[in-house]
Amino acid sequence: MSQTTTFEQPKTGTWDGGNEPFKASYGKLMMWFFLLSDAFTFGAFLTTYGLARHRHHAYEGTPEAFTFSTEWWPIPEKVFNAFPFFHGVDWPLAFVALMTMILILSSVTMVLAVEAGHRMDKNDVQKWLLWTILFGSMFLGCQAWEWSHFIAGTDEGMKLADGSVIYGANLIVNQYGPPLFADLFFFITGFHGTHVFSGVVLLILIFFNTVNGVYHRRGHYEMVEKVGLYWHFVDLVWVFVFTFFYLV
Amino acid sequence: MAAHSHHNEDHGHVGDIPKAQTKAIWKTFVILCVITAIEFAFAFMMEAGTLRNAIFIGLTILKAFYIVGEFMHLKHETKGLIWAILVPTILLCWLLVALLVEGTFYGDSVYNYFK
Repeated sequence: MSQTTTFEQPKTGTWDGGNEPFKASYGKLMMWFFLLSDAFTFGAFLTTYGLARHRHHAYEGTPEAFTFSTEWWPIPEKVFNAFPFFHGVDWPLAFVALMTMILILSSVTMVLAVEAGHRMDKNDVQKWLLWTILFGSMFLGCQAWEWSHFIAGTDEGMKLADGSVIYGANLIVNQYGPPLFADLFFFITGFHGTHVFSGVVLLILIFFNTVNGVYHRRGHYEMVEKVGLYWHFVDLVWVFVFTFFYLV
Repeated sequence: MAAHSHHNEDHGHVGDIPKAQTKAIWKTFVILCVITAIEFAFAFMMEAGTLRNAIFIGLTILKAFYIVGEFMHLKHETKGLIWAILVPTILLCWLLVALLVEGTFYGDSVYNYFK
């Protein structure tokens, strides 16, 4: 141990890099600014959605008489009304409500992991990280189901003027309405889902580091905080996607 | 040897871990759940329209406030950091509204021009 090379001591003066702007570490600050840039990306998606929606006619009849047509933008609660194992039952937005609850719950377990990290409580950090990984993976599973249902379509499909029937949706045809509706569904929820997936990968990495005692030896659990910031942002994006895609 | 004794010291510290302070976290969770429930109540009990959309957007921003303020801890950071995040976000909202309004107008003009 005595043979360790001594490096130059870090400078600690205010103008030598010893000062932390905003009393936040470099890593946390950069995570905040990365998230800000990510918000711009999602902002672009939502703008595109708003413009595309406005360019199409809104459905003007009563909600009870609603049918799928490429003539008008669909009502979300008529599109997203299926629930796993309840085939053909009309439960508007029930599944997406479940997904929202799962993601909010994962945010809570994440913040509990960060809190445990502040107390240097390795066991609690491990426990809450595992819960967060579980809820994150559950959300991804739900989204996979939602996508496969959206792609496969309903039993009735959409009848075209020439008598043929479309089932489900892809990037070119869409039984629920104009093709752009399906395109934006795939891009927006897909981009968010990719973020959730990266988040789960990061969570698994820091879980292994925690178990191996990397952060305990380092003396702080800041990495858990940084991944936590990312994870909450993903939850935040879902809150907006939920409002603009499923509610409005 | 030195590393080993350090290891023992760590074990001695386990008993000193302070108790978890999770009251504020669960309170925020309950608030977020209640707001989501209110959103669903509006989705099913109110006719679709501009007013309902405004309520949805208002409730969404309220949810965002709790997630960013409490979960991401921004409320408890320094004033400088709060503004550094908040000002670009407000400008982003302005950009979104401007793009939607101007883009809609432009889209309609082009569409009507070729009609």
